[in-house]
Amino acid sequence: MHMHLDALKPGQSAIIDRIHAEQALSQRLSALGFRAGKKLEVIRQAAFNGPLHVRIGSTDVIIRLLDAKAIHVHLLSNQTESTTA
Amino acid sequence: MKRVALLGMPNTGKSTLFNRLSGASARVGNWPGITVDLMSAKILLGGHIAELVDLPGLYDLHGFSDDEHVVRHFLSHHPVDLVLIILNSAQIDRQLSLALQIRALGLPAVLLLNMEDEAKRAGITIDAQAMSKQLGMPVRTISAKYGQGCPEALQLAAQTLLQQPNLVTPETIAGKLEMDNVIEQEMHQIIDRTVHFPIQLNHSLTDKLDKILLHPWLGLPLFLLSVFLLFQFIFTVGAPLQEGMAWLFDSLRSEVLEPALASLPDWLNGLLLDGLYTGFSTVAAFVPIIVLFFLVMSMVEDSGYLSRAAFLMDTLMAKMGLDGRGFVMMLMGFGCNVPALMGTRVMRSRPMRLLTMLTIPLSLCSARLQVFLFIIAILFPPSQAALVLFSLYMVSFGTIFITAILFKNKFASREPFVLELPPYRFPTPQQIWMRGWQEVKHFLARATKFIVIGVVMVWLLTHLPTTAVPASADTWAGSIGRFFAPVLDPIGIDTQLAIALIFGFVAKEIVVGSLAVIYGLQGDALSQQIAANIDWVQGMSFMLFTLIYTPCLSTIATLKSESKSSGFMWLSLAWSLGLAWIVSFLFYQSARALGY
Repeated sequence: MHMHLDALKPGQSAIIDRIHAEQALSQRLSALGFRAGKKLEVIRQAAFNGPLHVRIGSTDVIIRLLDAKAIHVHLLSNQTESTTA
Repeated sequence: MKRVALLGMPNTGKSTLFNRLSGASARVGNWPGITVDLMSAKILLGGHIAELVDLPGLYDLHGFSDDEHVVRHFLSHHPVDLVLIILNSAQIDRQLSLALQIRALGLPAVLLLNMEDEAKRAGITIDAQAMSKQLGMPVRTISAKYGQGCPEALQLAAQTLLQQPNLVTPETIAGKLEMDNVIEQEMHQIIDRTVHFPIQLNHSLTDKLDKILLHPWLGLPLFLLSVFLLFQFIFTVGAPLQEGMAWLFDSLRSEVLEPALASLPDWLNGLLLDGLYTGFSTVAAFVPIIVLFFLVMSMVEDSGYLSRAAFLMDTLMAKMGLDGRGFVMMLMGFGCNVPALMGTRVMRSRPMRLLTMLTIPLSLCSARLQVFLFIIAILFPPSQAALVLFSLYMVSFGTIFITAILFKNKFASREPFVLELPPYRFPTPQQIWMRGWQEVKHFLARATKFIVIGVVMVWLLTHLPTTAVPASADTWAGSIGRFFAPVLDPIGIDTQLAIALIFGFVAKEIVVGSLAVIYGLQGDALSQQIAANIDWVQGMSFMLFTLIYTPCLSTIATLKSESKSSGFMWLSLAWSLGLAWIVSFLFYQSARALGY
C-alpha cells in the first residue's frame, strides 16, 4: 500500500519508494540514511500531533510530519512483528 | 610543522577525542576567511610537533549548512597533511560515506572507529583489517571516552604522515570538491562485504528509557521534574559550600588583610579592601555553585537527553514559529547565552535563526543565576528558595514564548525539522569533570576581568567627590540614581539597586560584587543591610528586571556578529529593556495593590 511517511502509525514498518523533497532536505535525509529501498519503522509520535520518532537502519531520527510527507513509502505487509533490521 | 585535521559527524565523540589528544594545550585559532572559532592544539606525533585542528562536526562534505561550508572552505584554503576521520562504529553503515569523500579528495587519512563499546552492545562487529584493505587507508577502533586505542591511533597517524611524500594542494581539493556521487555505490559495496549486522539491533536499554522519558503524556512533566530536581540538588549541596567560602573570605580579611594593610593611606585601604577585596570575594563565594551547575549541565548535555527534549517540545515550539532545536539552544543558554547564540548556526533559514537568537538572551544564564542565588538567600526562607528560583526559570520561559509569538510573523520561516536521536550515553566522571572545568575556567576568566574593572568603578562612583559621605545621595552614584528615579521608582528599584543594574549591563557577574561595594559591606553584614533596605517585593522586581533587561555586553556583541546586523542587535536590546520594565512594573504594582 503506497503512502507517505507521515501517515504511518507507531509500530508500523515500511520501505522507502522515493524521496520527493527540495534539495536541502533531500541532502539531509540522505546523509541520515534515508534512501529508496531502505526499511524504516515508526517508533512513536510526540503528543499533539508532534514529530515522529523513526528508526532507519541503526539510526534513530526525529522528523516533523510536514517533512515526513516528502518520503513516499509502502507499508510492509507483515505488521505483527515490528522490530527493524 | 605538519597539520592534522580532525573531522567527523556530530555525536561521534569528536570533541572528546580532541580534548583527550590535545590535553590542556588547546586554543582558539584564527583562520583567514573563517568566521567560526576553530580549536587547535600542538601535539606530539611520532617525535615531531604537529598542529591538530578540530573542524566542525558535519554529515556530508557536500552539505549546505554553515559548518559544512566551513570545513569545505578550510580544506580548500589551508594545506592539510593528514585527516583523522572519526566515525561512530554503531552507525558505520551511513557514516562511512565521509571517509570515502575524504579519500576521493586525495587527502591522506586515518579512519578511527569510535564507540566500539556501543557497537558491541548493539551486536555489530567490524572487520577493521578488511575495511582498511578495501578503503586503502589505515583503520583503527578506539574509545575516545575511555582512551582505548588512542596511543595506537596516534602512532598510526605518525606512520601515515611519514609515508606522504607530496602534499595535496588546497587548490586540487577545491577542484575535486566540485565532483562526487560515485561514493554512494562504493560505500554500499564495502559495507556489504565487511560489516556484519545482526538481524535485530539491540537498542534495548535506550528503548526502555525512551518508553518512559518520551512517553506522549509523561515525557514533558518528567523533563520539567528532572530539571527542577537538578536545581534543588545544586541548591542543597551548594548552599553550605557557599557559606563556607564566605566565612573563609571573612576570616582572611579580618585576620590577615586588615592588619597587613592598616598602614596604607585611608583611601587606598578603602579601595583595596572595600572595593576590590569585598567585590571579588562576594563573587568568589559563588564559585562552588557555579561549578556544580556546570558539572550537572555537562552531564545532561552529554547524555543525549537534550535531543529528547527537542522531540518533546517541537510541537509547542512550532506554534511559536521555532523548532525543537531552538528549545535545546535555550537550554544551552541557561549555561551561557553566548555559545547558545553561536549554536544557532545549525539553522539554515535566516528568519528562524534570527527569531531563535531574539529569544536566547531571555534564557536565565549562570551569571544571572548567581545574582538570584544571592538575593533569594537574603530575602526568602530556605524552604521557599528553590521554588522562587524555579519560578524565575518559568518566567524566563514565559518571556521567551511571548517574544517568539509576538515576532514570529516578522521572522516567518519554513525549515525542515529532521534530527538525529543519539542513544543515551553515560558520560564518565572524567568527561563530566573535564567539560565542567572548561566551562568554569571560561566563567572565571570572564568574571574576574569584568569584576576587577567593575568594582573599582563602582567604588569610585560611590566615593567621589571626596567631600561626600560614601554611598550617600551626594556622590556621583547618587546623582545617577536620581536621574533614573522617575523610571525606576515605579518598579521599586532604589538608587543602590539602580547602580548595580547599570553595571550589570556590562556583565551580570559584577552585580553582586558591586552591591557589596555600594554598601561597603560583605558577608552577613551585607545580607542584613540589604534585607533591611528592601522587602521581598522589591527584591523580586529587581530580579525580574535583571532576568530580562539584557544579559551582558558579550551577548550583545555576539548578537551583532552572528546576525551581521546592527539593526537586529538594537531591536533585541530595545525589546528586552522594554519587556523587563513592563514585567517588573506589572509585578511590583500588582503586588503592592494586593497589599504586600
